[in-house]
Amino acid sequence: MIERLINRLFKHIDGFLMGSIAITMLLGLFVLYSASGENPARMMAQLTNISVALVVMWVAANIPPQHLERVALPLYLLGLVLLTGVAMFGEITNGARRWLDLGVARIQPSELMKIAAPMMLAWYFAKREASLQMVDYIIAAIFLAIPAAFILKQPDLGTTLLIVGSGIFVIYLAGFSWKLILALSATFAALAPILWGLLHDYQRRRIIILFDPHQDPLGAGYHTIQASIAIGSGGLAGKGWLSGTQSQLDFIPERTTDFILAVFGEEFGLLGNLFLLLLFTLIIGRGMLIAAQAQNTFCRLLAGSIALTFFTYAFVNIGMVSGILPVVGVPLPLISYGGTSLVTLMLGFGILMSIQTHKKLVAT
Amino acid sequence: MRFRSELKNYQQESHYFRLRLWVGALLVLVCFGILAARMFYLQMIRHEHFHTLAESNRISLVPVQPNRGMILDKNGVILAHNFFVYSLEITPARVRNVEETVNQLAELVSIDALDRKRFKKIMAESEEFESIPLRTHLNETEAARFAVNRYRFPGVEIKSRLFRQYPQGPLGSHLVGYIGRINDKDIEQLKESGQLSNYKGSDHIGKTGLEQYYESTLHGKTGFKQVEVDSGGHAVRVLSSTPPVPGDNLILSVDSKLQKIGEEAFGDRRGALVAINPRNGEVLAYVSMPTFDPNLFVGGIDTENWKLLNESLDKPLINRPLRGIYPPGSTFKPFVALAGLEAGKRLPPFSIKDPGFFMLPGNRHRYRDWKPEGHGVVDMQKAITISCDTFFYGLAHEMGIYAMTDFVRHFGFGQKSGIDIAGELEGLLPTPEWKKRRWKQPWYPGETVIFGIGQGYMLSTPMQLAQATAIFANNGVAMKPRIVASIQDARNDSIRPVDPVIVDRVELHADNVAIVRKGMEDVTLPGGTAVAVGAGAPYTVAAKTGTAQVVGIKQGEKYDASKLDERHRDHALFIAYAPADDPKIALAVIVENGGGGGATAGPIARKVIDYYLLGKEPAPAEMPAAAATAETAPAATGAALTPAATPTANGDHQHD
Repeated sequence: MIERLINRLFKHIDGFLMGSIAITMLLGLFVLYSASGENPARMMAQLTNISVALVVMWVAANIPPQHLERVALPLYLLGLVLLTGVAMFGEITNGARRWLDLGVARIQPSELMKIAAPMMLAWYFAKREASLQMVDYIIAAIFLAIPAAFILKQPDLGTTLLIVGSGIFVIYLAGFSWKLILALSATFAALAPILWGLLHDYQRRRIIILFDPHQDPLGAGYHTIQASIAIGSGGLAGKGWLSGTQSQLDFIPERTTDFILAVFGEEFGLLGNLFLLLLFTLIIGRGMLIAAQAQNTFCRLLAGSIALTFFTYAFVNIGMVSGILPVVGVPLPLISYGGTSLVTLMLGFGILMSIQTHKKLVAT
Repeated sequence: MRFRSELKNYQQESHYFRLRLWVGALLVLVCFGILAARMFYLQMIRHEHFHTLAESNRISLVPVQPNRGMILDKNGVILAHNFFVYSLEITPARVRNVEETVNQLAELVSIDALDRKRFKKIMAESEEFESIPLRTHLNETEAARFAVNRYRFPGVEIKSRLFRQYPQGPLGSHLVGYIGRINDKDIEQLKESGQLSNYKGSDHIGKTGLEQYYESTLHGKTGFKQVEVDSGGHAVRVLSSTPPVPGDNLILSVDSKLQKIGEEAFGDRRGALVAINPRNGEVLAYVSMPTFDPNLFVGGIDTENWKLLNESLDKPLINRPLRGIYPPGSTFKPFVALAGLEAGKRLPPFSIKDPGFFMLPGNRHRYRDWKPEGHGVVDMQKAITISCDTFFYGLAHEMGIYAMTDFVRHFGFGQKSGIDIAGELEGLLPTPEWKKRRWKQPWYPGETVIFGIGQGYMLSTPMQLAQATAIFANNGVAMKPRIVASIQDARNDSIRPVDPVIVDRVELHADNVAIVRKGMEDVTLPGGTAVAVGAGAPYTVAAKTGTAQVVGIKQGEKYDASKLDERHRDHALFIAYAPADDPKIALAVIVENGGGGGATAGPIARKVIDYYLLGKEPAPAEMPAAAATAETAPAATGAALTPAATPTANGDHQHD
């Protein structure tokens, strides 16, 4: 009886993926404990976030992919409506209009779009599978550009980047011509200096600081410089848990959220960083394997996009904290404090698990 | 068939998709490889660099101010010390609206207009990020009341500060001096002397007097604490500390009691008194009247008090013993006398018959004596006692200017005494070369004549007169005058005495010294010019009176009409040493606009000598004015009768 219940409970959970995620989140809890200044309230809040996210993941894992395919279009349209709502009635916090108060709850529609946009594109390509033409890629790009434009306007550069990324991954995996990829890249490279010439001085300066934090060490560059110092001073094995001076003495801004990797790198050193990269690689690898084994186009495209988007998360965050990418607001997946992005991420993993565990046996 | 093609299609498609996935995976591996390489670069290759940066981030060196040394009189009476006070301080850079903050603070602790003014003045002179005292000397209640409301006032703090205090107030203020806030000029000087780093954490420095001269001794060595700080600069814990070395204490040769008697003897008169132990150069009293309260300067003086002190007609801020320059007048005569005797001139039994004036050969101009009818038959000893101008006119003319200046230079005239207070003036020992340089005019014989009675261009400070007297009392051996007798190490209380230093020595014949001394002893005996000084004294006093004509009134000075006459009166001068046969104290007194030297300056000297030699304190009711009226002995007034003798004369005064 109990065995059957457990069986029922874990029937649609992918063991390997779940294991990797669990280890990563556990690591995240340790880092958060240190980064928050050993604050138990923060820990409880994050445990709550994790619980909610696990439930969401479980639910998603138990929904068969065919159902997902059916709700792709309505979900996307709902997302657009909500984004329009945000643009018109949204609450402004920290200078950005991202939240929508629905009376019962405050939601962030851009998070919904992180899943809805790639689903929409995957659905569209699956539908047009038989007769895929150039125009379909253009239509897909438009589906992607509409929500991206809304979110960029909020402004939320980090989320825009992730959504555009997730959509581009779908387009890429759907078979967008290599020649055109090369041609577009070349065109952009050629246009870049011309665009640069069109910018105002202050805009150029902002971009320069984005790439060279030492131009403004006390302003925009402060985060990156202090984070580099934290990571660099960690050395091979780190200063030890709870012993990072940069972290504990408040030199790292946003050290529980976007810059939590600096705390991790300072206290656990290069070995810790490599271990974390390994965990991420395992998760991404598993996601790609699920995509490779998926049985239809919708599932393949969606799974591939989810895996690669997770990679984008990790790469952009680690890149910006370690100072090789400009600072955009992207949290470190599964580790940064915060519920919203965690729920979205776990929703994605739930979908991966659903795709993996609802396969029909096919003779090969 | 259709199924096959579909299957084939599916397989082809799947293969195609997998290829794309493989490319994606490659992208992931390359990107993560870049991240790993970046981490390797930061954490291995650049580790040392970032480690240093992290350490300098977290560790801050906090200076610890040393305790400033105390200043004690010879008996251990405290003249300057430190004590802790709570002070309410504002860092303007951290306050949004300073004015408003001050107003809000005024509701918690009392802040009067003076506090506000002083605060504004210091704020204008300081950097934005410096902590500036608004109110000092907060009591416990006020400190507590602020502490409760502290959260409302970011950028406002209560600091426990070491405050300099001068418990004797105005007593010896020119001697002790005062400290004040370090200004740009001080920083420049500290930079030049390489001392700036030792002043991190100090905000006061000696400005005048001993506080200034002995700054390096008093200040001590600043200590440092290595403190772990957070990003806001707040200390989290102390990692290590090097304690400061407290400044050394100064123990003076001055007796504050004697100093007090000297100051009180002046009453409300202006002037100076310097008393020296002729045997070792120790300064026994150093009076500059009027005095002021140095405590006013410690926290930064407010504009009103500063105006009051700076613009007062009495010039209380002038350090008269070192910076007041006066013609020595007749007090110069003993030194001219000795110059003559040592040159073999006017040796006994030489005498003149004084007609009341002197004339240069071939010239009809009369250099008059202060006594129009003359003094009758006068020899060297009597000439000193009665201050006979005619006698010295002749001697000066016969000796010539160089013989006199060369000799008296050994008594410290025209040069700094080297006393341990800064700002000393040299006075003026005029020579024909000096006049040519200064006025582009030749030296006239008449100027040599009046030099013999200490008039003309000749100028000296009270310090120089006291020093000259001490050198004479010490048989021509010049000791370096010094106020600090010993320096006490504040850590172990061990005392290092300051050794006496001989700075000059002139060979004198005992016979000649005896003649001058006898002449000076008789000054305080019946028939002399300062009988009151010697009256009833159980010891013998060798003395000389003098009078200096007042310099013309400066333009632009405001005058109180009722005081006008008083300020035109001559300055009274007096030099003395006692006991005459075994000198223990030598002194010089100047009373500005005091009239005759014997009448006003003499009694002041008497009180000081009485206390020093006998321990006798003056009767409290006895005022200097009363002493002056009691005394009717004639004073030397040579200067007044010699029109050529104003020190401001520009060279074209009367001569032949």
